[in-house]
Amino acid sequence: MVIRILILRAPGTNCDEETARALREVGAEACIVHTNKLLSNEVDLFSYHGLVLPGGFSYGDRVRAGAIWASKLKSRLMEKLMEYALNGNPILGICNGFQALIELGVLPFTRRTDLNPKAALAPNISSKFEARWVYLKCHSNTCIFTRYIDVNEVPRMPVAHSEGRFILGEGLSGEELSKRGQVVFKYVKANGAPANSEYPFNPNGSMFDIAGICNEDGNVLGLMPHPERAVYDWQLPDYTSVRRYSGHADGWRIFKSMIEYIEEEIR
Amino acid sequence: MYNKLPLPFELYEVDILKASEEDLLKISSEMGLNLNLNEMKAVKEFFVKRGRNPTDVELQTIGQLWSEHCRHKVFKGLIVNDEGKIVADNMLKNFIARATEEINAPWVLSFLEDNAGIVDFTDEHAIAVKVETHNHPSAIDPFGGAATGIGGVIRDVLGVWAKPIALIDVLCFGPLDYPYDKLPKGVKHPRYIMRGVVAGIGHYGNNFGTPTTTGAICFDEGYVGNVVVYAGCVGILPKPKYIRRVKPGDYILVIGNKTGRDGIHGATFASADLREDSEVSSRPAVQIPDPIEEEKLKRAILRIRDEELGSGITDLGGGGLAVAVVEMADRIKGGATVWLDKLHLREKMSPWEIWISESQERMLMGVPKDNLEKVLKIVNEEELECSVIGRFEDDNRVRVFFNDYLIVDLDVSFLLSPPKIVRKARWIPPNYDEPSFPEPENLNDELLRVLSSPNIASRENIIRTYDHEVQGNTALKPLHGEHGGPNDASIVKPLDRSWKGVVISVGLKPQYSKIDPYWMAASSIEEALRNNIAVGGRRIAILDNFTWGNPEKPDRLGQLVEAVKACYDFSKAFNTPFISGKDSLYNESPLGPVLPTLLITAIGIIPDIRKAVSLDLKSPKNPLYLLGLTRLELGASEYYRLKGFIGKSVPKVYVNESRKAMECVTKAIDRGYVRACHDLSEGGLGVAIAEMALSSNYGAVVDLSRVRREGVSRNDLVLFSESNGRFLLEIEKKSASEFEKLARDLGCTYSKIGEVSSDGSLVVSGINGEIVIDLPISEIRRAWKEGLKW
Repeated sequence: MVIRILILRAPGTNCDEETARALREVGAEACIVHTNKLLSNEVDLFSYHGLVLPGGFSYGDRVRAGAIWASKLKSRLMEKLMEYALNGNPILGICNGFQALIELGVLPFTRRTDLNPKAALAPNISSKFEARWVYLKCHSNTCIFTRYIDVNEVPRMPVAHSEGRFILGEGLSGEELSKRGQVVFKYVKANGAPANSEYPFNPNGSMFDIAGICNEDGNVLGLMPHPERAVYDWQLPDYTSVRRYSGHADGWRIFKSMIEYIEEEIR
Repeated sequence: MYNKLPLPFELYEVDILKASEEDLLKISSEMGLNLNLNEMKAVKEFFVKRGRNPTDVELQTIGQLWSEHCRHKVFKGLIVNDEGKIVADNMLKNFIARATEEINAPWVLSFLEDNAGIVDFTDEHAIAVKVETHNHPSAIDPFGGAATGIGGVIRDVLGVWAKPIALIDVLCFGPLDYPYDKLPKGVKHPRYIMRGVVAGIGHYGNNFGTPTTTGAICFDEGYVGNVVVYAGCVGILPKPKYIRRVKPGDYILVIGNKTGRDGIHGATFASADLREDSEVSSRPAVQIPDPIEEEKLKRAILRIRDEELGSGITDLGGGGLAVAVVEMADRIKGGATVWLDKLHLREKMSPWEIWISESQERMLMGVPKDNLEKVLKIVNEEELECSVIGRFEDDNRVRVFFNDYLIVDLDVSFLLSPPKIVRKARWIPPNYDEPSFPEPENLNDELLRVLSSPNIASRENIIRTYDHEVQGNTALKPLHGEHGGPNDASIVKPLDRSWKGVVISVGLKPQYSKIDPYWMAASSIEEALRNNIAVGGRRIAILDNFTWGNPEKPDRLGQLVEAVKACYDFSKAFNTPFISGKDSLYNESPLGPVLPTLLITAIGIIPDIRKAVSLDLKSPKNPLYLLGLTRLELGASEYYRLKGFIGKSVPKVYVNESRKAMECVTKAIDRGYVRACHDLSEGGLGVAIAEMALSSNYGAVVDLSRVRREGVSRNDLVLFSESNGRFLLEIEKKSASEFEKLARDLGCTYSKIGEVSSDGSLVVSGINGEIVIDLPISEIRRAWKEGLKW
């Protein structure tokens, strides 16, 4: 059976095609669907094995990044989306998609009744758009999207955003999230040492250097870096400099993990 | 002179039949038509023949269509010298287009004709390119002006059914440390302008979702009163989808944004000098950007294209609907009927305002009757608005109705043939001396000073605010590796199933026009090509974008003619055809004319992006070769400029030498000899080797006595000469003898001038063997990275 992934788009979503390419690269069938088609029930979320909210500037990121996209989904699709997540289906939010998952209240916690956002992705400390490659370290062994990433590795991916500073709401701490295995990626230096908020290793000033988090069950991941821009070795910023590369870059492993999880656990 | 007609909307009849010459000029000025007496007389003559007076809408239509911005009257006009002898007749046809026609390259699919130039790419796909200027709006509103510049050029590419895949921004500002008290009234500070322009470009490109991959920035006093903003876009389209088959009877659709009162008289504003009160008087000429609306527009257009539902398309740019409808009607040698009241509006407007508004994010499309429903469905699904505003006809007339009342009835051919203008040109070369100053003792300091000059220093802080990797196809990036090295060109790999890449580079040498605009243009072309070739590009097409002063002043026009002559000469000589171009004239402010500026954009291809070459040094002990001859050519160089001189010895282009060097680089790259390559431009050899080293984790040892040179006998001049035609290459050690044989066989001037070192410093020995530069790369890198503060 073919693995089918739904890539949701909205006006201003602009990373859907490369995300679809990444998913095809790992053997999935990727369908780019307009948000309105999902809201009008023309397309059924449950006929797909997984869901990706790709990057971009949905609805111009007016109000806050991802806020309008999230509120559209919240008003018409929230129950289905929660059911979909709680069933264990993988959901991946990249950049603007991560912002939307936070606004929706699906991250950091899916298992709860109150849907007010418990975290936020605030404007970068530099108050600028930051397009640069960052080094990450994987801190979770429960997240289903990191099956192909070893905790000792330092994968590289680019970020490109102006609102990516992860902050938690009152009464919540990074340690707590970390203890539960929900801190999936942290920004680090090239040698794997903690970024400790140092710019530009931590490009936006995120608390605890957080680059990506998952929900309690590990099947919903949101991250600011763009794995779909690091699928092939030729996308690396020093591809022409280093001759040892062959084939894939680190972002590929996130999509590979997603598909393997679906093959083993869902189908 | 103006009679308001008794109608439920605002319409005037303008009494031109009885108008004296004085009245004609008054009408032109009061209605903002910006037409001269000769042109107004032609208008009068037309209506005399018709035996009726025009409406205000008709006069506005003529004003827009006959504007310099839309008709390129100077480039198509007759140019004479002081004695009345013809210097040039129709420069566009006889210099620019002629070069392309004579080269007659089979891979040029469309040039100087449609919204964008089109070249062949793969069997199935073609590449479309367009570069525009948005200088005047950016001077008034830096953010909005620059953003709508990007928006406009994207629509040019959508206007040939292509999908945008890369953006280009080339910017020229006054010095950032320009004293505030020297600014004339109405002129904004360069720092304020730059912040707004950079933010505007980033905002539009990032939101729209096309990577800004290529650019350049130049600072000079000649831009204080006139900022220069070039915006370019590269697109890709399946060849069979380049559809231009509008037929009489097809509907005219306007898709996208609501039309409002922004951008009224933008085309005529762009065809006049900036004045002290431009801020107030021309504010309505600046449009409002909405990149998300354009993103939706892109989705809809590409879907309509893929299903082949449209019969023709064009963007709504300068002159708004009036220009787009007339030009599209002309394409089919037909006419059009327009129902102007059907258009979706943002606010209540008079018919003339609706007809010429330049509101952004709108496209004009021809749609056959049978496809209308399907098109409307797509437009609706993408959450766009759309109006069916008319129909193409088979006669040569444009008729516009408002509430069933005929308000425009004009001949298409009349609207497209303004009276030919005659302008006087005078070119008197300036008389600068070659400076004489003692050779500095400490070249370490000189190198660091040149590297930290804002014209040379790293652009990283700007480029990082642009998303240069969205779409995931930027194979060679503007910032290379961990140190953000300045690659000579960017490469985009637009197709999943092909390794072929589009190589995008620019050439910009405006400083040289202080001495000689002919060699300025020649150098810009040559540098654009060298930048492209340095990374592996070939089969290169070019675009010309002129930014000039008031062409009614003979000295400005004299310079322009010189530059245009060079365009013909060197396009031909390098066998590189012009596929598109645009001129922006009347760049004048209370501070005088803009520094005459020609941007050359070069679009090459690389058969396999895996063979691309970046500039960073790759491994110790590899030899460094300099291709080309170093001459005493420092006129208008960055080195002289920093010493307070202009000089006389402007770099020239030696076509034979240059072509051989280019061929040698391409062959050496294809044979796998080249590990790194960088072109020599501003700051010459000194800057080139420093940039190659600072982009890597290695150093270099260089011996200036080995540099092949002519008439240069000082270390500083060898280091900073800006002679064209030169490349610096790191060659794989085991391929060195094969590379030398290749260079010899091709008849190139070359020499091994040093090698890559592992000790992290740059050591340069002078002509007499003494050490003249010894600097840690970290210090070089810091000077370069921290030079541009803004």
